[in-house]
Amino acid sequence: MIASPVLEVEGLRVSLSGRTILDDVTFEIRPGEFTGLIGSNGVGKTTLLRTILGLQRPDAGVIRVDGKPISPRNRSLGYVPQKIAIDPDIPMRARDFVALGLDAHRFGFARRNSQQRELVETMLHAVDGDRFANNRVGSLSGGEQQRILIAHALISRPKVLLLDEPLANLDPKSVQEIVALLHRITEDHGVAVLLSAHEMNALLPVMDRIVYVADGRAASGTTEEVVRPDVLSELYGHHVDVLKLHGRVLVVADLSSDDDIPQHPNLTVS
Amino acid sequence: MHTLIEPGFFGSAPVHVALVIGAVTAIVSAVVGVFAVIRSQSFAGHALTDVATTGGSGAFYLGISPLLGFIGGGVIGAGAMDLVGVQRVRSRDIATGVVLGSASGLAALFLYLDTTQSATTGATQQILFGSIFTIDPSTIPLVVILSVVTLVAVALIYRPLLISSFSAELAQARGINARVIGLIFMVAMAVSVGLSSIAVGSILSTALLIGPPATSVRLVTHVRSAVIVASVIGVVTAWLGILFAYDSYYWIPSTQGLPVSFFIVALIFLCYLVSGLSAVRRSIEWLRASFGSSSAAT
Amino acid sequence: MATRLVWVQLGGDLMFSGFMVNAWQAGTIVAVVAGIVGFFVVLRGSAFPAHAIPNGAFAGAAGANLIGINPLIGLGVFSLGAALGIGGLSRRGRPDAVTALALVMMLALGAAFLSQSTQYEPEIFSLLFGEILGVSTSQILPVGVLGIVSVACVTVLYRRLLLTSIAPEMAAARGLRPQSIDTAFLIVVAMATTMTVPVVGALLIFTLMIGPPAAARCFTNRTERALALSVAFALVTVWLAIACSYKTNWPVGFFVSAFSTTFFLAGRLFRALRARRSVYPISSVTALARSQG
Repeated sequence: MIASPVLEVEGLRVSLSGRTILDDVTFEIRPGEFTGLIGSNGVGKTTLLRTILGLQRPDAGVIRVDGKPISPRNRSLGYVPQKIAIDPDIPMRARDFVALGLDAHRFGFARRNSQQRELVETMLHAVDGDRFANNRVGSLSGGEQQRILIAHALISRPKVLLLDEPLANLDPKSVQEIVALLHRITEDHGVAVLLSAHEMNALLPVMDRIVYVADGRAASGTTEEVVRPDVLSELYGHHVDVLKLHGRVLVVADLSSDDDIPQHPNLTVS
Repeated sequence: MHTLIEPGFFGSAPVHVALVIGAVTAIVSAVVGVFAVIRSQSFAGHALTDVATTGGSGAFYLGISPLLGFIGGGVIGAGAMDLVGVQRVRSRDIATGVVLGSASGLAALFLYLDTTQSATTGATQQILFGSIFTIDPSTIPLVVILSVVTLVAVALIYRPLLISSFSAELAQARGINARVIGLIFMVAMAVSVGLSSIAVGSILSTALLIGPPATSVRLVTHVRSAVIVASVIGVVTAWLGILFAYDSYYWIPSTQGLPVSFFIVALIFLCYLVSGLSAVRRSIEWLRASFGSSSAAT
Repeated sequence: MATRLVWVQLGGDLMFSGFMVNAWQAGTIVAVVAGIVGFFVVLRGSAFPAHAIPNGAFAGAAGANLIGINPLIGLGVFSLGAALGIGGLSRRGRPDAVTALALVMMLALGAAFLSQSTQYEPEIFSLLFGEILGVSTSQILPVGVLGIVSVACVTVLYRRLLLTSIAPEMAAARGLRPQSIDTAFLIVVAMATTMTVPVVGALLIFTLMIGPPAAARCFTNRTERALALSVAFALVTVWLAIACSYKTNWPVGFFVSAFSTTFFLAGRLFRALRARRSVYPISSVTALARSQG
């Protein structure tokens, strides 16, 4: 019994300043899945995420969340941007920032009942943020702030959590911790995770599905289905090799070959 | 009948003085102002004009040289802003605001003490809206000399200033102490707005510092061209404004015309608005494409 | 007996009677509004617009005077115009340059209006620097009403203002439209300006919106407490300023700016002392290590 997808993207085409960034992108995410949005820097991962969130208008294509078209107030999508600069002078504790994730759209002063306060505690605990919960949100380290942003996005119980390059500036140990944390969240809270990264190796142990973006197009499926020489060569438009070593994957361009790859119209493997 | 150039314009001595002062002020303001705008220090630049004016009103009250008051006040203000402010943009603006507030409060006090202790009337208006037509011709040489000094100072720190204005990392990589360069620039700006405030009043001082540079930065990309374009806009608007103010004396004889600051600022504001029109933008791009791109950025 | 003597020394008997009652009432309302609106001015780093809008308002008052209508209308129209102009132009250009241009345009208009009228010097002075001792009873009502409206707007938008000020990207992702909030806030500043300028003066209202709130956040991490402290500091500032102005006859605006600055410096001092004295918590140590790693 396959659950109906919680996020569907079909035939998406997005242009910025006249240039087509993404063309005919199609994939879907099922509840609780961990999906990696993989591609090199500048390929359009952020654009894709922003389009899903409704911050960018696509030229063509359909995006559905829970079967319904996306709308600005859609609370089914949680968003964690890349590191944001928060002024350390701002008088707000990390825990208050997480609470704001619950009701920032409401009017009036924040009056939170004990149930809501307990929810904040739960979220803080889920991201291992208890020890710095009472510190100023602007004075947190990069990793701490990221956990708080995740808690903030998570507290409104989204169906999908979208994260933009959360692993980019972290040391290897922190990368492992955050990936494990996010995996735990998918299991404990049933939230699907779509996270963009330019390197897939840290995600291999937990990724259910991969959306591989290159040259404006995308291939989606499981890692076995997508991370293969034939699929990726097709995507890039020239020969690439996929090397596997000690459980790690390396995608290498094969510059010696000059053959043209015949274009297949459909790159969605599953 | 009214003509565009009312009689006596070119023969009038105050007009000559105004044209010279206006041009010099416009050019110095353009040079300093382009950097102020690209460093997002328009607030600091404006605050310094008010702080300089406070220095001026203090000097007025204490009976010492107004020029010293204007420039001294500005320099002290620049120092205070640097001392209180930090690198983060928001805290910097708060610090600027606090310094400006303190200076404004002091200005209130000086003006009050001055008007109650002497019989001077119109002191507030004079200090705040000082007129380019009432400037003492004997101050011209000093104003020009100090302006040249300021320009030389900016020219000396031109390259490190440019680099640290665009990228903190690049500045650090090249061993430039951005903090010191920033302070030097602030002091140069303080001196230049002190000069322009006493020459043309605090309103015009801010207007010439920010307006033409903000306009030119929208039109051209290279700093050197921006300075030239800003100078041209500054001088042209200043001269036209002086002309219209002179004319308005005849057009509205009942109240002796409108102040020159009004005309110049209105023209500057108009230029900025026009530069935002997409038609203008497209024409500029066409011009640039037709005549090929000029030499490298700096 | 001794306290009674001190009280008289402080001008206690006269200071709280007669026309001074208006001053205390108006001043209190102004302080509360400035403390609340100022909290967000500082949060959003909108110090420059908070300075520019009142100055623009001054031009409006001069213009209204010229055509013979209630200066409050001129104040309101020009504040609103300045707020919308700054908000609108900021979207397409550099916000600080745009604010400077709007400011000088307003001031130049003010100068033009003044040149065409026979406005007396003291009136100009009081519009710029405040004449709290001349507040008439009839002014209290409009001041109060505008004050209530400004505070009500801030209360309603409280949480949205917080999120859009601190993390605009996340606010945008939730559909909270940061741009609309920006415009709405500038309008609130315009309203707060209109009601406070006749009392504290165009040039100095913004010190009240900067100093006390900037100081308040040095003393606490908690948002609501910082807001309350901001109002408290603003109240103390205005009350002390009124008392000192009554005693010395010096302009009240001078004392407002002096005490606002004092609070600001006290806040900075407190923060510096606490940073030096406190034991660094774990997160700061890791932050330090990571930044140097």
